[in-house]
Amino acid sequence: MTGAMRVPGIIYAGESMLEAIKQEEALKQVANVATLPGIVKASLAMPDMHWGYGFPIGGVAACDWDTGVISPGGVGYDINCGVRLASTGLTREDISKTAVELADALYRHIPCGVGSTGPVKLNAKAEKRVLTHGSSWAVEQGFGEDRDIEHTEDSGCMTNADPDTLSQRALERGRQQLGTLGSGNHFLEVGFVEKIFNPEAARAFGLFQDQATVILHSGSRGLGYQVCDDYLAQMVNEMPKAGFEIPDRQLACAMIQSEAGKRYFNAMACAANYAWANRQILLHRTREVFQQVFHIGPRALNMNQVYDVCHNIAKKETHTVDGRSRTVCVHRKGATRAYGPGHPDLSLDYRHIGQPILIPGDMGTASYVMTGTQKAMAETFGSTCHGAGRTLSRKAAVKAAKGRSIYRELEDRGIIVRWSGKSTLAEEMPEAYKDISMVAAVVHNAGISAKVARLKPLVVIKG
Amino acid sequence: MLIDHTADLGIRVFGKDERQLYNHAGLALFDLIVHPGPPKKGKIRRISVQGMDWPDLMAAWLRELLYLWSGKEILVQNIDIKVIKPFMIEANIECLHFDPIHHEIRHDIKAVTYHGLDVKQEKKGWTSTIIFDV
Repeated sequence: MTGAMRVPGIIYAGESMLEAIKQEEALKQVANVATLPGIVKASLAMPDMHWGYGFPIGGVAACDWDTGVISPGGVGYDINCGVRLASTGLTREDISKTAVELADALYRHIPCGVGSTGPVKLNAKAEKRVLTHGSSWAVEQGFGEDRDIEHTEDSGCMTNADPDTLSQRALERGRQQLGTLGSGNHFLEVGFVEKIFNPEAARAFGLFQDQATVILHSGSRGLGYQVCDDYLAQMVNEMPKAGFEIPDRQLACAMIQSEAGKRYFNAMACAANYAWANRQILLHRTREVFQQVFHIGPRALNMNQVYDVCHNIAKKETHTVDGRSRTVCVHRKGATRAYGPGHPDLSLDYRHIGQPILIPGDMGTASYVMTGTQKAMAETFGSTCHGAGRTLSRKAAVKAAKGRSIYRELEDRGIIVRWSGKSTLAEEMPEAYKDISMVAAVVHNAGISAKVARLKPLVVIKG
Repeated sequence: MLIDHTADLGIRVFGKDERQLYNHAGLALFDLIVHPGPPKKGKIRRISVQGMDWPDLMAAWLRELLYLWSGKEILVQNIDIKVIKPFMIEANIECLHFDPIHHEIRHDIKAVTYHGLDVKQEKKGWTSTIIFDV
C-alpha cells in the first residue's frame, strides 16, 4: 500500500501473466482505485485485467453504502454489458450440417454493427416501461418466457430505476436501438459443449456433452453510453466542491448518499434494465431463427436460458467484511458476480450449486461455464473474471492480421463467421486476446469460481 | 497522430494556438470515425460548450461533436471556431448526414474519456492527448 491508497490492491493472476500486467498501466489503475473514499477491504483485479480508463478492466471495488462513493467510471460506458447463455435440444452435428445457412440467417435477422437500429420502435411511454421493468417488459411483449427471467441476474430488473434521472439525449438514443447486438466485441455465438468438468453442476444447468449452445454478448447500447457520459461530466464538475482529490478524472465519483450519487445509481439501473430487455429480445429472435432454419417448433428446439450475467455494473449488496456484515456498493467493471451455493438471491434450481458464471473467450477458442463459490463470497465480494481480456491493441491486431484471411483461418478450424465492421474481424482475432483457459484456470485454482463446462464455437456473428 | 491503447484508441493533436488545436481535434475525431466521401455543401449548426479548464473543455467539445454522430448520424465536415476563451467555445459546424454509400466507417468511436486527457501550451504551440472508447 503506497501514497494515497486507503486499502491494498489484490490481483489474481498466473505467474506467466505478471510480466504483461506489469508493463501496462493497469497496476497503477488498481492503486488509483484504492484511493476512492469509502473503499472497503481492497481494490481487486481479476486475471483478465487490462488497461482501462480510470478503473482497470477486470476491476472490483466495494464502497461503504453510507460513507463511500459511486463512480460511473467504475461501471464503464456500456452499463450492464453482459452475457447470456442458452442450451438447446440440438447437437454439435446438427449445427455443423447447417452452419453456413444458420450463420447467414442469424446475420440477416439479428441487427448488428455501428448505428444499427432494432425491430422494436419505442414511444416515450413504452421506453419508460423498458427502463423500469427490464426483462419482464420484453417477456410481457412476447419476447421470451417467464423462466428466462428466473435465470437472469436480479431477475433482469434493478428496482431502483428512475427514468426521470435520464437526459433527453439518453432517452432519444434508447428509442432506436432495442433488440440490437451492437459492434466491437459484442457477438452472438453458436457452439457446443466440448468438455464437462463438473457433471452435477452441468446437469443442474441443463448442459450435456456435444449439446449445441448459444451465447449472446451485448449491453445497453447508446443509452448506457449517454448515461455514463452525462454523469461523468457532472461529477467531474462537482468534485472540487465535494473536496475529493482523485488521481484521474475518469475516476470521478460522488458520495452514494449525495443527490448526484443517488441520481446516477437510479439512472444506471435504467440502463441496466434496458440491457436486460435488449438481450431478452435478442434471445427471442435467435429462437425464431433456429426454428426457421431447422424447421422445428419451440418444444423440439428446447432453447432454455441457462443464465444471464452482467459484467459492467454497480450493485447494493451485503457482504461479510472482517467478521461483520456490511452493506456496500460493489463496482464490477469487466468482472462478473459469482455468488456461491446457498445464496438467497439465486433461483431455487441453482441454489445448491451456486450461480452460473459465463466467461466468453475469443471467437476462435472457447468459453467457460463456471459456478460461484463461498471463497468468492469471502475474498472478492462474490466476484470473478468476465472474459479473456485483450492483450493486443486494436491497431496492433490489425497490423498482425495484415495479409492474412482471418475468416479463412477460422473456417479451417470449423468456425463460420459473419461480421459487419470492416476491421472488426482483424481487431477481434483470437491472438488479440489472452488465453481464456489460463484465465479460467487462475480463478478456478484460486477457488473464487469452479469450472463446470467448456464450450467451443461453431458459428459467430460479430457487429 | 494515433496512440496505441490496449482496449481503446487515442490521438495526439497539435495546433499553433488554442483555436487551431480544438479545430484539429474536432476534425481528427471525424477522420477516425469515417473515410470522408466527396466534399458536399453541408448545413451549418451553431455549437457552444463550456468547461472547467482546458482539458475539461476539450472533453466537453469532443463529446458534443461525437453526440452529433452517435445520436443523430451527422458527420462534421468543417469547423469554424468563432470564439475561444478560458474555458468556452462557440463554433459553426458544417454538417452532413451519414450516407453509407459514400462514407466508409473506420472506427466506432463510442465515447471521449478523461483518461490521460491533457491540453498543454508548449514553445511551438498547443498539444492535446485524447483517448476514445471504441
